[in-house]
Amino acid sequence: MAQMTMIQAITDAMRTELGNDENVLVFGEDVGYYGGVFRATEGLQDEFGEDRVFDTPLAESGINGMAIGLALTGYRPVPEIQFFGFVFETMDAIAGQMARYRYRSGGTQSMPITIRSPFGGGVNTPELHADSLEGTMAQMPGLKVVIPSNPYDAKGLLIQSIRDNDPVIFLEHMKLYRSFREEVPEEDYTVELGKASVKREGSDVTLIGYGAIVHTALKAAEQLEEKGVSAEVIDLRTVSPVDYDTIIESVKKTNRAVVLQEAQKQAGIASNVVAEIQERAILHLEAPVLRVTAPDTLYPFTQAESVWLPDHTSIIEKVESVMNF
Amino acid sequence: MKRTLENIEKQFETFQILNEQGEIVNEEAMPDLSDDDLKEIMRRMVYTRILDQRSIALNRQGRLGFYAPTAGQEASQLGSHYALEQDDFILPGYRDVPQLIWQGLPLYKAYLFSKGHYIGNQMPEEVKAVSPQIIIGAQITQAAGVGLGFKKRGEKTIAITYTGDGGASQGDFYEGVNFAGAFGAQTVFVVQNNQYAISVPSEKQTAAQTIAQKAVAAGIEGIQVDGMDVLAVYAATKEARERAINGEGPTLIETLTYRYGPHTMAGDDPTRYRTEDTDNEWEQKDPIVRFRKYLESKDLWSEEEENEVIEKAKEEIKAAIKEADNTAKQKVTDLMDIMYEELPQNLQEQREEYAEKESK
Repeated sequence: MAQMTMIQAITDAMRTELGNDENVLVFGEDVGYYGGVFRATEGLQDEFGEDRVFDTPLAESGINGMAIGLALTGYRPVPEIQFFGFVFETMDAIAGQMARYRYRSGGTQSMPITIRSPFGGGVNTPELHADSLEGTMAQMPGLKVVIPSNPYDAKGLLIQSIRDNDPVIFLEHMKLYRSFREEVPEEDYTVELGKASVKREGSDVTLIGYGAIVHTALKAAEQLEEKGVSAEVIDLRTVSPVDYDTIIESVKKTNRAVVLQEAQKQAGIASNVVAEIQERAILHLEAPVLRVTAPDTLYPFTQAESVWLPDHTSIIEKVESVMNF
Repeated sequence: MKRTLENIEKQFETFQILNEQGEIVNEEAMPDLSDDDLKEIMRRMVYTRILDQRSIALNRQGRLGFYAPTAGQEASQLGSHYALEQDDFILPGYRDVPQLIWQGLPLYKAYLFSKGHYIGNQMPEEVKAVSPQIIIGAQITQAAGVGLGFKKRGEKTIAITYTGDGGASQGDFYEGVNFAGAFGAQTVFVVQNNQYAISVPSEKQTAAQTIAQKAVAAGIEGIQVDGMDVLAVYAATKEARERAINGEGPTLIETLTYRYGPHTMAGDDPTRYRTEDTDNEWEQKDPIVRFRKYLESKDLWSEEEENEVIEKAKEEIKAAIKEADNTAKQKVTDLMDIMYEELPQNLQEQREEYAEKESK
């Protein structure tokens, strides 16, 4: 075992799969020689050569269109979108093309592509570098959307995503890249896609989130414990498809739920989780299911970031209101 | 300052071998084609013209769905296709169904594609192709990827992709040709400049005198070809293919052509944006008429042979539409089964609902 940050675990996952499968290709803007603007691909070109790990021209649609073409010739591409806010440049290649290929080929052509991309707020970036657009992606049938919250999951989920024969959008919260280290096995292992993880057991309320907000939820749960409220924390890990079994099992135990996301309130993952809970377990609920989200504005300029993003106090407030309902 | 555009027209002079009268005007560029090849090309063009006429009729009878007429573009479509090998990979636009058919897509599947059935999108094992692209230009970046894949694998095959004059305005067109150039992809890009993107004439698409010259900015070879001259289109594609597999990079081919019919059969009325004079002018250039003249001058073609092809086409079309009509309708559960390799929980649950509905 080694102590790794999340970004080291991500690099390690790519190294593992580049080594395991000669069809895996890693590419994108600044990904090759430079090792990525966040150093996610550091050392990979040296180790596997320019044929496997390479720089591309600066054009996101071209990168993902090319990834489709490479997949059509039997490769397993792992393109990087430098920041997920740039995804709008390549929405057709992803949503119009990649997501549809299995169906549009009558089930004969798979698209084993994993698009990696940094996302999420709180790191003082310029416009269109910090958005949480996972809801936009999860709207699109044909894609899977995976969001790790820690180094161990990041490595196992990324290896599994690369091995998956359907396109995966793998979103890496920038704030988590280097915020902490944990034990990560050096050998290869996988974490199943579409399976949530119970990060903390509790009996009074279920907090459901993914990505960086899982840590905010754990912090809130600690403070709630002091107030005598036992909160269970679920990390979805995959936001499309969502693991409803784990959620419903928990809600049936706690009878209360608050759903968390860093993204805006409108549409999005949290709304869907709330809807599914009430469809599947309304008679088990002691209180309405509430959400903690950012407000329905565009992602703000940096000065307003810290107030705009939901924090542990907003989680505690919502939990108190469902406890006192 | 040197004027950049001064010599463009000269540099991208239209490449022609067979003129409108069916005479060889460029003997030295004449491709190495046997008499059998020449006759086969003629058979395919005649067959495809009949296929177009019948498909339009079937569409008017309500027996087809989406259909984009092909008459006028036979030389561009089939001349370029004739230069391909069986293992080459085709990324067609929505009008490029004939190339798929001549690569081996059964006719009834072409009709199922038109009728909106997923079986129409299943290519037979021996056809390396994706189904016709609907988003204008999306196939171009993908073709760069396929051509790069072939290069990486050291295969002597190419990717060929088709779009139109409108497609050459898309961002994906520029990204695709640029990526292909930067990576030395084994790709041939064919722009069938049929003069109109639905109603917008090609001179409104771009200030560039040719579409072929757009190759220059991508650092790749470009050529403008008489797209009504099947020999010129064949020769240009053959040469581009050779260059690609020899590691000399991708090529952009612009073929000057014309679609006689409407954009699609879904209500487009070309009389609203084209004049009869323009139609007539292009019909004078007809690819089949001039190739017939040429073959007749070589005693390679007769009315009898042409009638044989026409009869064969009609028979096969009849059988194909029947087979398409008799194919079981696509169900929602069929669609669900091919969304992912494995059904996720949400779709498993929804599949049960639809299986129940569809069993009634």
